[in-house]
Amino acid sequence: MSAMSMAAAEQKLEWDRPARGRVGMFSLIAAEAAIFTIFVVAYLFYIGKSLAGPLPKDVLSVPVFYTICLLSSSLTIHLAANSLRRGSVRSFGILWLVTITLGATFMYGTATEWHRLIYDEGLTISTNLFGTTYYSLVGLHGFHVVVGLLALSTVMVFTLLGDVRPEHAERVDALSLYWHFVDVVWIVVFTVVYVIGR
Amino acid sequence: MSTDAMALPRTEPASRPIVARLHDWVTTVDHKRLGILYLIYALVFLLIAGVEAMIMRIQLIRPHNDFISPQVFNRMFTMHGTTMIFFVIMPVMFGFANYLIPLMIGTRDMAFPRLNAFSFWMTAFGGLLLYFSLVGANGLYGAGNAPDVGWFAYAPLTSRTFSVGHSTDFWTLALLVSGFGSIGTAVNIIATVLCMRCPGMTLAKMPLFAWLNLVMAGLVILAVSPLTAAQIMLLVDRYLGGHFFDTQAGGSAVIWMHFFWVFGHPEVYVLVIPAFAFASEIIPVFSRKPIFGYPVMVGATVAIGFISMSVWAHHMFTVGMSSAANNFFVISTMAIAVPTGIKIFNWLATMWGGKIEFKTPMLFCIAFLFQFLIAGLTGIMQGAAPFDWHLGNSYFVVAHFHYVIVGGILFALFGAFYYWFPKMSGKMYSETLGKLHFWLFLIGFHLTFDFMHIPGLLGMPRRIYTYEPGRGWDTWNLIVTIGVFFQAAGILVFLGNLLWSYFRGKAAGSDPWDGWTLEWSTNSPPPAYNFYTTPLVQSRRPLWDLKHPDDPDWKYE
Repeated sequence: MSAMSMAAAEQKLEWDRPARGRVGMFSLIAAEAAIFTIFVVAYLFYIGKSLAGPLPKDVLSVPVFYTICLLSSSLTIHLAANSLRRGSVRSFGILWLVTITLGATFMYGTATEWHRLIYDEGLTISTNLFGTTYYSLVGLHGFHVVVGLLALSTVMVFTLLGDVRPEHAERVDALSLYWHFVDVVWIVVFTVVYVIGR
Repeated sequence: MSTDAMALPRTEPASRPIVARLHDWVTTVDHKRLGILYLIYALVFLLIAGVEAMIMRIQLIRPHNDFISPQVFNRMFTMHGTTMIFFVIMPVMFGFANYLIPLMIGTRDMAFPRLNAFSFWMTAFGGLLLYFSLVGANGLYGAGNAPDVGWFAYAPLTSRTFSVGHSTDFWTLALLVSGFGSIGTAVNIIATVLCMRCPGMTLAKMPLFAWLNLVMAGLVILAVSPLTAAQIMLLVDRYLGGHFFDTQAGGSAVIWMHFFWVFGHPEVYVLVIPAFAFASEIIPVFSRKPIFGYPVMVGATVAIGFISMSVWAHHMFTVGMSSAANNFFVISTMAIAVPTGIKIFNWLATMWGGKIEFKTPMLFCIAFLFQFLIAGLTGIMQGAAPFDWHLGNSYFVVAHFHYVIVGGILFALFGAFYYWFPKMSGKMYSETLGKLHFWLFLIGFHLTFDFMHIPGLLGMPRRIYTYEPGRGWDTWNLIVTIGVFFQAAGILVFLGNLLWSYFRGKAAGSDPWDGWTLEWSTNSPPPAYNFYTTPLVQSRRPLWDLKHPDDPDWKYE
């Protein structure tokens, strides 16, 4: 045995390092935040620069109900992760399903809003600058919600098959970080699109 | 004292059919194999992009030359720039980071091995996509093949009106795809460095290589993501009829410049910080002294990382910004010279009083020091907005950033190739050929890029296809082109050296340089599991402690 591994035997040292799942997810969130920042900057920069209508103040209505749905899903996923850590797979599954339902409701809200904008108001991504920036920013966020829903549903399937156990709490935590991020981004998007931009 | 005690004796695997071995390489998730794949991939693209540079220089060797057509010339400078940045230097840096970080921090693999493989193949497909434009980009319009909008692709040149066919789409998608790969690698590097260190290796005891690559990965996350966002916007404009960069509909061409350079300037530091990392490992070992001012080096690197996020618009002084914006970007650009200067003095202080061994890696690092200093000085010249109004978009700019990328980054990179080649291949390179490479490349570099500053000062704009005789540019362009052939000869000697040494070189042993970081404690090449026992670290130079138990470093740190 070498001198170094002998030293290891002699000296029992405390060795804590952060969980790689969390660090990896936080890094990914930083990258995503940078992407959203660019889209938000573009949105803010182009407010009021559209050469033709329809304009935000004419066609946008504030989606209060769907916003409450998405934001409260952050609470349910947090409670779900806590349940799993405490060892209660059953209440985890229920809260997880509630989270998915709330997220899906939010996407339904986006779908109806877009349908109304496209068919009733005649606003598409190529109509004017408002359309371009609005569909890009809200669409980018919606894309992230959909990706999150797919990931959550995968975990749901595993839960129903009985493959999710309390020792998976750390992985579920990493996924819930992503979901929290998607919710926080919605607060920014909501502020920019429906408060400042209207 | 031998350090081989930590590694098992090598056993030669039985020879397997070539298809099986290729299959191993394609499906591997081993950080060392992926690292080598990155390096080989980058060297192939280095040759391709080098040939493109030679074609441009032959075209410019004398006035009114028509070696190639103007259309081909535009494609050459676009492909040369894009390839060198995204498919040569970034992959090569990721390759070294992949190969060395787990070995240096004493762990078995990266934090996410499969993400690692995914990232490599995304980068690889990005490069293939870019070059597939040569056959695939004609489209229905029959309008040109390779991208020809310049490597920063300013709007409105990239709009459907001015860029028919699919060449710009290939450019956008190639960068988008390889950008995902880069972000994946950066996530992996951060998680590896923070979460996989062997017992005892606190952040303050990590090799500088790991520290600097951690900062580099952070910059990739913050810099490449805006580029990804901008490429998505460009795709929306081109495919869905969006108006982000469409000035006819109220969009802005200048905002593309901002978005591009928010990526573009930190990108320079993404490329150069790993070069700093090489110098910080090589210079101490060949000076036989520990690095001078370790905490200051770390602090200066982090400072560079932060400041580099706030200097982007110094690429846009000639666009016409407000004087407040100009002032801000002049001052932040000047400020970044301070931490960079600190690093240069630290390397010099490491060499000062040392017992310097002029092996090939050290020669490249010494040249790196001097050339990077000069590159920084011309950078300060252009960082002053009034002077930049004269120099902007001239050959002076081209000379400056090639001084950074070739004279700084590429020289440190060659040093790294020679320094770690014995570890990666198990064979020693030829010192004679290495020195020949160094001198050929040094002469070629200075012929080309020293003299390139002068036509720039005399007003020669970049990206021109040809020029009138009698403007005082002729002789300089001739000298510049002659230098390129010296550099090409140097590159060929380099590749020949690698190949010859791999097949015919002498066995290198596990620790040819009497090194101090953990990668030298295992076999060359290292086994798949890296370390027979998990190392325990007590100081910044674990192998020094092992080799000198009477006088270990941890007594003084």
